Amino acid sequence: MEQDWIMGLLGGLLIGLAGAVFLLGNGRVMGASGIIGGLVDGSGMSNKWERISFLVGLMVVPLALLPVYEKVDTHLTSNLWVIVAAGVLVGVGTRLANGCTSGHGVCGISRLSLRGIVATVMYILAGGLTVVFFRHLLGVI
Amino acid sequence: MRNVYALISGGLFGLGLWISGMIDTTKVQGWLDVFGDWDPTLAFVMGGAIVPMAIAWQLTRGRKPLVGGNFPEAPAPRLGRNLVLGSVLFGMGWGLAGLCPGPAMAAVGLNGLGGLVFIAAMAAGMFAAPAVRTTLDRAVPAE
Repeated sequence: MEQDWIMGLLGGLLIGLAGAVFLLGNGRVMGASGIIGGLVDGSGMSNKWERISFLVGLMVVPLALLPVYEKVDTHLTSNLWVIVAAGVLVGVGTRLANGCTSGHGVCGISRLSLRGIVATVMYILAGGLTVVFFRHLLGVI
Repeated sequence: MRNVYALISGGLFGLGLWISGMIDTTKVQGWLDVFGDWDPTLAFVMGGAIVPMAIAWQLTRGRKPLVGGNFPEAPAPRLGRNLVLGSVLFGMGWGLAGLCPGPAMAAVGLNGLGGLVFIAAMAAGMFAAPAVRTTLDRAVPAE
């Protein structure tokens, strides 16, 4: 358990460094939902290569690590109904709110943005209530 | 260079998500599950990420981005319905599957069919979002 915290802190530092590179290099806020969403709804086509490059790095670097990490289990549910519902909620929600855990959470809180802080409190509260309801009351996740 | 910085940034982000354990949905749901076996790892990840990012925001003062142009202005501190409603919907989806957009992409090689279905559903939601926003604004004007 103690090792989990250390790895969490280390990984977190790398995530913050990633955001710092995107900000200081390109002058942009690193938000995963915004980077993806701009490609999906066409609103971000003016800088599509920057978005695609980011996503390539995000997907390829972990894939290159696959041989190193022998047994990683992400414990993703096998219930496709839950996955579809969760995906649609995450997609609509992050775009309505203009940000997710990276944009509002990491980048927003670190500049003491009121919007980032409120969004983060709201999605953590909603996520907590959802887990309690669906896990402890309904037992479906 | 713009694409190189983006590639490096994405790579570091993916690496950080793996090392921190945030690609494991049980660690995310464990953080949210205060009535179960609560897992505080996510707080350490957030805390760790905010430090370099806060330094980066400080470094933007009086400077320009390396590729030129300007740094993003801080948005007006206006909360509004879309921010709150959107974050609540996002939180519900995050809790249900333990996935948010970054880890969904970073762990695409581990999540099998379910991971691809999640990304497709998320893209569908993102595609629908502008229409949802317009409909909402028409029904109950925001702000």
